[in-house]
Amino acid sequence: MNLFNIFIKSVFIDNMIFAYFLGMCSYLAVSKTVKTSFGLGMAVTFVLLITVPINFLVNKYLLSDGALAWVSPQFAHVNLSFLSFIIFIAIIASIVQILEMIIEKFSPSLYAALGIFLPLIAVNCAILGCSLFMQERGMNNVAEATVFGLGSGLGWLLAIVGIAAIREKIRYSNIPKALQGIGISFIITGLMGIAFMAFLGIKI
Amino acid sequence: MGKFSKLITEPLRKTNPITVLVLGVCSCLAVTAKMKPAVVMAISVTVVTAFSNLIISLLRNGIPARIRIIVQLVVVAALVILVDQFLKAFVYDVSKQLSVFVGLIITNCIVMGRLEAYAMSHKPIESFFDGIGNGLGYGLILVIVAFFRELLGSGSLWGFPIVPKAFYAAGYLNNSLMILPPMALIIVGIVIWIQRSRHPELQEKK
Repeated sequence: MNLFNIFIKSVFIDNMIFAYFLGMCSYLAVSKTVKTSFGLGMAVTFVLLITVPINFLVNKYLLSDGALAWVSPQFAHVNLSFLSFIIFIAIIASIVQILEMIIEKFSPSLYAALGIFLPLIAVNCAILGCSLFMQERGMNNVAEATVFGLGSGLGWLLAIVGIAAIREKIRYSNIPKALQGIGISFIITGLMGIAFMAFLGIKI
Repeated sequence: MGKFSKLITEPLRKTNPITVLVLGVCSCLAVTAKMKPAVVMAISVTVVTAFSNLIISLLRNGIPARIRIIVQLVVVAALVILVDQFLKAFVYDVSKQLSVFVGLIITNCIVMGRLEAYAMSHKPIESFFDGIGNGLGYGLILVIVAFFRELLGSGSLWGFPIVPKAFYAAGYLNNSLMILPPMALIIVGIVIWIQRSRHPELQEKK
């Protein structure tokens, strides 16, 4: 698999929202206006771009079967992969915390744009899900993992900006009372997912 | 027992975590193409929610407020590892189907949401029952969605064929769109629609 292939696949075909429903909670809660959803989408992309390669390295050199062989040959049979959930979530939570501090210090304008969303992101399933998919699909090197993280983030951004735009447009439409708000958002997301299925047949 | 049974039955109806509070949608939809993984997932989430609620409630007075999210995540992650190892040992085929979604129980908003909203401020036993109730409320929606998707999409329930052969002979076809992810969203949308028509007080004000 080349990098371009992974990128296109993770943005369109294996879209985090439409194919795996990851990060749905914040996706539904924050998608009321395009501006805030763009901010959250950027924050998710940014965090994915950093956490997926780091988790890839941790997985390759600490957790997977026989990964500790580089320390000394007697560790070669150690398999710590059962710890991957707890290690990944700890890494994600701490990186989000560090990022928040760094951004606040060096770029107040970016902090103003992303700041309120960063704490939310530690418990966004898209972030942990992307790391777990990276582990499950067996990415080969850091470059592939980075591109996969970036692509998944951009796919998520695309989805949330798309639904926010539609929700802004339908605000004054005549929707049955019981379907307003969350109900119609679910159905719109389903229809957008059907549209995205058009990409399924693409061979790169 | 009145209080405890209320804690369990309320989330099944008026405070359902998925359709009313909109928590835990992420992992809910991907596992509902068939009944079996949906039921296994529902049980796993119930166990994790109940025990993490119990443990956090026991620890609640000792956790500093600033680092409570990390403490909660560690407790939940430890429980999820137990569940994951258990599933791998006893129902390996289902655990393969669920793939990453068992791990994603950690970031399931129901678990974190109940810890924050309930366990941090209530006694251990009540929190435990609240966890069971919310896990079951989540499971109920999962099973409803999985029921329709498997019946209409594969013509079977729990892996057993339900639709009679005569139907297929007469030209009936399984709707394979039901197996694909987008239909899960649309079914949940319809479930919300029906529920809010029956309970008008849940409808969103403009």
